[in-house]
This record gives sequence, structure tokens and C-alpha cells, in this order.
Amino acid sequence: MAELLIKNGVVYDPINGVKGEKMDICIRDGKIVESVSNPEVIDAEGRVIMPGGVDIHAHIAGGKVNAGRLMRPEDGRKGLEPKTTVCRAQSGYSVPNTFATGYRYAKMGYTFVMEAAMPPLAARHTHEEIIDIPILDNAAMPLIDNNWMTMEYIKSGDTDLLAAYIAWMIKATKGYGVKVVNPGGTEAWGWAKNCNLHDAVPFFDVTPADIVRGLAEATEKYEMPHSVHVHCNMLGHPGNFETTTATYDLVKGIKPYRDRPAMHATHTQFHSYGGTTWGDFESKAKAIADYINNNNHVSIDIGSVILGDTTTMTADGPMEYSLYQITGRKWTNLDVELETGSGITPFLYSGKVSVHTVQWAIGQELALLVKDPWKIAMTTDHPNAGPFIGYPIIISMLMSKKRRDELAAEVHKVIYDRSELPSIDREYDLYEIAIITRGMTAKTLGLHDHGKGHLGVGADADVAIYDMLPEERDAGKIQKAFLNTKYTLKSGEIVVKDGEVVAAPPGRTIFVTPECDETLMNEMLGTLKQKFEKYYSVTFNNYPVQDEYLPHPYEIKAPMRG
Amino acid sequence: MEEVTDVVCALCGCVCDDIVVEIEDNKVTKVKRGACSVGKSKLLGHERIKSPMIRENGELKEVSYDEAIKKAAETLYKSRRPLLYGWSSTVCEADRAGVELAAELGGVVDNTASVCHGPSVLAIQDVGLPSCTLGQVKNRADLIIYWGSNPAEAHANHMKRYSYVSKGYWTAEGKKGKKLVVVDVRKTMPAKMADIFVQVEQGQDYPLFSALRAILRGHEDVVPEKVGGVPKEQLLELAEMIKKAKFGITFFGMGVTHTGARHNNIVNAIQFTRAAHLHGKWSIMPMRGHYNVTGFNQVCCWQTGFPFSVDLARGYPWYNPGETSSTDLLYRGDCDSALIIASDPGAHFPGESLKHLAKIPVIQIDPFANPTTEFADIIIPSTISGIESPGGVYRMDNIPIRLRKIVDTDEYISDEEIVERILAEVRALKEKEGQ
Repeated sequence: MAELLIKNGVVYDPINGVKGEKMDICIRDGKIVESVSNPEVIDAEGRVIMPGGVDIHAHIAGGKVNAGRLMRPEDGRKGLEPKTTVCRAQSGYSVPNTFATGYRYAKMGYTFVMEAAMPPLAARHTHEEIIDIPILDNAAMPLIDNNWMTMEYIKSGDTDLLAAYIAWMIKATKGYGVKVVNPGGTEAWGWAKNCNLHDAVPFFDVTPADIVRGLAEATEKYEMPHSVHVHCNMLGHPGNFETTTATYDLVKGIKPYRDRPAMHATHTQFHSYGGTTWGDFESKAKAIADYINNNNHVSIDIGSVILGDTTTMTADGPMEYSLYQITGRKWTNLDVELETGSGITPFLYSGKVSVHTVQWAIGQELALLVKDPWKIAMTTDHPNAGPFIGYPIIISMLMSKKRRDELAAEVHKVIYDRSELPSIDREYDLYEIAIITRGMTAKTLGLHDHGKGHLGVGADADVAIYDMLPEERDAGKIQKAFLNTKYTLKSGEIVVKDGEVVAAPPGRTIFVTPECDETLMNEMLGTLKQKFEKYYSVTFNNYPVQDEYLPHPYEIKAPMRG
Repeated sequence: MEEVTDVVCALCGCVCDDIVVEIEDNKVTKVKRGACSVGKSKLLGHERIKSPMIRENGELKEVSYDEAIKKAAETLYKSRRPLLYGWSSTVCEADRAGVELAAELGGVVDNTASVCHGPSVLAIQDVGLPSCTLGQVKNRADLIIYWGSNPAEAHANHMKRYSYVSKGYWTAEGKKGKKLVVVDVRKTMPAKMADIFVQVEQGQDYPLFSALRAILRGHEDVVPEKVGGVPKEQLLELAEMIKKAKFGITFFGMGVTHTGARHNNIVNAIQFTRAAHLHGKWSIMPMRGHYNVTGFNQVCCWQTGFPFSVDLARGYPWYNPGETSSTDLLYRGDCDSALIIASDPGAHFPGESLKHLAKIPVIQIDPFANPTTEFADIIIPSTISGIESPGGVYRMDNIPIRLRKIVDTDEYISDEEIVERILAEVRALKEKEGQ
């Protein structure tokens, strides 16, 4: 591959401590190198340069995303764009087709996205869709928390066998780590019930708290790049912030492998609610932010709301049902035997509605009240709080108090007495934006060791050149720059130029192989095979994802910790 | 002799995957376990198309694969409005190539759902679909309703593997602890086993769903003495059973999708499920026919944003069943060529649509001859997916399973390869003409 030199850019590379320095970036064979001899030159002309964006949590592929597309042709019609010589045709806004997903992320300067919830039994589906998402490197997290095997091992206290089970599951699904979604509650939803943190799961005699603690311990038995990734119980319920902090407390004292927290708690906006009903609903972002500021064992992402229509989807089946009961709109549900479930329903966040306004404020409050940006990531829990295409809106608000004030004047007046947003003066700078969109996320996922999220020598040459100068303060111009890059490079190849996709190479799928002790594995398999014989509707041998579904694989081995 | 286990059946939407066969001399000689009689017959093999053929002056002549593929590409490339139809009895890999070919041609891509569970898809787009996997039913269901569907004929293993007769975690006693309800216009075999058989008058499903909804929502006073030929008394009995169930499911078939109110039947069936869910756990599932009809809808949806009947003439996907669905396009005489793969419109399309299909050039890709073969102009035989070639399929509950290749063939090439080669030829033609 030809050499490339990007000169005259102002670089923000937080993992390497580069804070807006004018420096050259040298690229050879898809990687960042010390120097080049005969390169093609891109003159950045003083523009802002960051490593390719790393999204820590989005729902971009698999059964429920596609169920959302199928259920919502009205959303499909929103994003129609004809095919070009480079691009396949595009459709959709909150549930874009696979091709649009790749192109639109790349145009925003992103080069890695984590698919946040993969039902193990349908893992093949997730991977099959990922094959059709161009450009982006990717990974997916299997749901391993409502699984009967998990709950049975937690009840019997066999953490080692639980560790063997999660190893097998992550390998069988070609997954990245352990995802937890409403632990226990989704199994209870199999009987139209739900669980809070300390309720016993019907028939299984364990609590969600036991599940979270047990899975965090089992995860840390391996050199896993990422911690357990948790969607807490009681998502979206008024007063849930106490459940949220109580969940954080569960992993206190667990010693994580390497320098990262023992839990990543996701889409925290949905878990930072005060009040007892929708009537006295209020923000508890401050309480959550205080917790994060005072502790180091949990990282979070914000799950910030984008006002407007979207498609909500989660393995938290009971939550989607509650939401559908509020709106009366269409509702899809798919419970998955022995493992998990999912629900999908459209939702419109309106600035005219008091509850939505408070929700909208909370995401920003979290980002602004958590002092250390290395503890917090920018997300919209795409598409739950809003589609990923809204990221530039959030960036512009975090960077501009003026824009926040303008918008606060337009939304429901509760923003002034049920949230603290109007009283916060903090503005993010570009370095902090780079942290919450690539530095923190790459580090928290353990991907910085695999070339993601930074521009050090040896890293993947994933580079975003934004069409703005570092001193730009106009929120509208910032938003525009972050929506369509001047250039996006993926592994040294120019994929976006002047806001247009000019190349669409396939991305790689990164998966983790936890290496479990063979004796333990065999003991676990004895029990697991019985589950298949008696209760699953597919056979043990037909269950694991075949290699054909990962045409561009990248393996990370995770040995047992000594 | 070699025994092969975990063979996946490529016949109906049940996609049974625990089949055991014996193979001798590169042929399936015995089906030992797992398959129903129809699946068994497919696995054991029968008469197939032997060679690619092109019709000349009314006569089919054997040609090479290269010749047939080239001619197919030219035919499609020359036409202004090609229809690419079928896709339900083949694997997702072929479907992915098919949507890409349709996009390259600016044609219309559509699958058999268009004349099958298309109304169910329209209903889902109206109200969503509360559902679950088949294993969930196996382990939990204590009340099962088959409505306008006869699993004994169309999905022979369904009751045994997944529903009434199966045994699971909370259903260890099999049918002993369960109730079975059948709603149908005639007394089918399952109806004879049922705890309640509701004999509905032809086309009266809609008011029956409405009546049940009313009772389940506490408005039984508005229900007349007879609905769709069914006495109110029986409906009250059924509603009581529904209220008592811990986990219930309705499986529905063509008897509801293609009678009376069509897709509105399914909207009402789903609304009935929502009403039942107020009393316990309730789900509903279409009994999908072809083994991968669900898979094409999945592929088409993630690739174009829409599940079937997608018109790509504008360069972007346009979805409007009625305007862009196969039978309507043909009825209006809009298409000037058709590629028919893994399906048989010859046996299933309405007469007026077929008349036009018979007039235009038709390319058929299929391992087996069927009524469509009678008027096809270019015939390209393919491998039998699940026996001679592998690939992904989606079961009726959207669970993805990979078909296995269990015998070798060097005589035939797969659907996927055929479609990809046509696509490559079309691109070559475009390039040649500087497009």
C-alpha cells in the first residue's frame, strides 16, 4: 500500500496525551509509522484531526434492529439515497440499513462500533448483518445474564464453572465480552413479570444482584479486554437512580484485570431518574455523577436523548412493554429460550413534554457533571435515546453553553426546576470531546492495544480530519464539521472525502477467545449438553457461529489470570 | 456407510436440525431420525433438472452453465423492468446476491411472502408482533392455539418438536399439562385432538378476534349471541381458558392471511394477543411455509430497509406492496422479463398475472422442475441447499440456522454462485457499453 502523509493538522490524540498540537501523521500499510519516504500528501490546512471514533455502545445489527426496520417502513423512507458507483442504496433514519450504517458513521469520522447486544441463539444473525456493514471495524457483546446456566451456577456458587460457561458462550457466539441487560428481569418477562435488584428471579432463586456480582467475578478470571457491560434493572422507571448506584456498589472490591473499571454501566441517562411517578419525575444526574466522581470501579456512557422520533429496542423486554403501554404505538417482542428476550417500540422525544425534556437534560448533565472525561463516553444508546446521526448535536451542546441556553429556552420549562442543566457553565474542549468519543472508549474496551482509538506508532491508520479550525466556537459550525468529515481514513485508505464516501472496504470483526481450563470446560459441557438435549430447540452442534460468518476476523486471546 | 448427525432439513419453516441420515456412495440412503415424511422424501432425493437448458422455437435444448448464465444476464440486462422473484427455498447467501443483482439492474426484487405471509408483514408494520422463539413455547406454553393453520399437513413436526406434544422445562409432561385450541373452517386432524375446536365460518375470523378482544378487555356485554357462526358461550369458555393460561401462543396460517379482511385479520389477531397479554404471557407467530421465506425478508430488510416487494428502479429502494408486488406488477403487464428462483409462481400466482409471466422471457433457477418450468425460457439447475451445499436460513421464529452440506456434487453449482455469476456478467455488459 502506498504511503500517506497528513501534514498541517492540529491533532487531538488523548491516549498519547496529544492536546491540539500541530504535527504530521505518517502512514504506511494501513498503520501509523514514524516516518515515510515517498508519500501521497494530504494538507490538513490547520484542521482538527482525531483518531477514528470508537463507539462503545450502539445497536446496529441483528434480530431486533432488523425487526425495527421491518416494523417501521415509515422510518426506512426517511433516509433514502440512491446507489452510487461506490455505495449501495441507503434507507432509514433511526434504523438505517446496514450500508447506510457504515457510510454515515464513517462520514462522522467513526471507524469502530460495538454492537451492544447479541442474543446468543441468534448470534449468527448479528454477524450476517455485520458482513453487510461496510468500513467499520466492529464487535458484538453476547447477552449472558438471563441464561439458565448462568443463574444455576450463581445459585450453586460455582464461579469457576460459570467462568467456563461464559468462555464457551463468548467463543460460540464470536463475541467480545459479557453483556448484562436487566439481569433476571428478562427471564421473569418469560412469564410477563419483571425483577428489581434484590427480587428473586421466579423459579431460579437468585437475585439480579447475585447475577451482576457473579458475572463480574467470572469475567475477571480472564484477561478480558473489557469488563462486564451492564444495563441495570429498572431502566426508565422514576426513582431508579437508587437501583443504579446499588448496582454499581456490587462490583466494589473486585480486582479487574488491568487498568480499567470492573463494570461499564451503559446508557446512564435512562438510569438517573428521581421522583416516584411521571408526575414528580426529576433528574438525579447529580447523584450519579457524584458517585462516579467519588469512585473508580465503574465507567459509564451517557445515552443522551436526541429530540424527535426514534425506534427503541432492547433485550429488556418488560421495559419495552411498559413503554408501549404508555404510547399505545406498535410493539414487537421476541423472547429467546433459555437466554434472553427483546422488545421494540417507536418513541418520540418531544421538547414540549416535561418528562422528555428532563430526559433530554440528563444526558448532558451527566457529561458535564462527571469531572474526569476518562470515566464517561458519549452515546445515544443508538437508536434508543436517538439515532447515532445525532452525535454532532450532542458535541455542539457540550462545547457551547450558549447553544444549551438557546435550546433550554425552547423546551419545556421544567428544565429549570427539575434539572441542573441551565446552571452548569462547563464547556467541553476538543481534547475532552476526543476523550469521550475515542480515547476513553478505546481504553475501556481494551482496544487501544489493538490499534484503535489513538494515533501512536503502530496504531491502525484510522483518522478523522474535521473541516474546522481548533478555535471554532460557533455551535452550528461545530455540529456541521462533526457530521461530515473533510477526510476519514480507515486503515490508511481514504474512505470519506469532503463529506462523501469514496471507498467502502469491509471492516474487521474483533472477537475474544477466553482460554478456559479444559477440565472445568468439560465439566461445564456435561451440564450444557443436557440443556441442549432437553430444552433448546436447536442442537448443540448447530449452535456455535461458523467461521463463514466472520470473513474478516481479528482474534484477541484472553488467557486465565494467574 | 457413514452416519451423519445434526442434519438440517431444508423444507418448511420448522427447519428441524436434529436429523440423522446414512450416506452411502455419496447419496443419502436412509433417514434414521428426526425428519417428517415430507422432509425424509426430500432428503432421499427425487427427479431433478439434469442440465441447463434454453428454449428455442418452443423446444428446450441442453446447454452449458456458461451459455445459460450469459444468456440470462443478457436477457435481464436488456429488459427495462425485470422482476426477480422467489428466494424462499434457498439460502441467505443467494438472497444477498439477489438483492444486489436487483439493485444493479434497477429491477424489482420480491419473495414468496408476497403471496403468502405478506399480509402478516403488513399487519406487523401496523401494530408490531409480540412473539418468541419456538423453544420458549416448548418450555413454557400451557395453551396453544392453531388458527387457520393445519400443522399436521403443512408443518408435520411442529407439534412434536415445539408445541403441543413437546416436552420442556415447565412442560415435562408434554401434552398432559397443556390445552390445545384449533380455530378452523373444517375439522382438521389437530382439531380432533383439541380441547376446544372453534368452527368459524369462512371469512369470519375478523369479527371472531374482535369478540375475543372485547371479552378479554371486560366488554363481553357487547358480544352478540353468535359471532362468525360461533356461539357466544363457546367464546366465553375460550376466553376463560385464555385468562387462566400462564403462557399462551397463537400460531396462524394462510387460513387467516388470505380470507376476508386479509391483513386486517392479522392486525386484529395481534390486537387479540395484546388483549390476552393483559392476563398472562401471550405471543403470536405466523406459520411460515418455505424453509427460508423468513430469511429473505431478513436479508432484504437489512440490505434495503424493506422486507419484500422492493422496487430499485429509482436507484434507491421503493416499497409499496400493491404497486411493487409481483402479482400486481404482472397483472398490469409491467415487467418485461423475470428471474424466478427457488419458487413456483406457475403453480401459485393468479391466472391473470401468470398470463403475462408466460409472455415475457423467464429465467428459472431451481434444482427441481415444477409448473414454472413449463414456460421458462432459460433453465439453470442448482445444487440442493442443505444436501449438496451449505448456507444460512431463518426458521419461522427468526432463529438463524446453517444448512449443512452432506454430499458432494460436481455436476451442479449453487444458487449463490449462479446469481453471483449472472451479476458479474451484467456488470461486464454494463462496462462494455460504458454505463
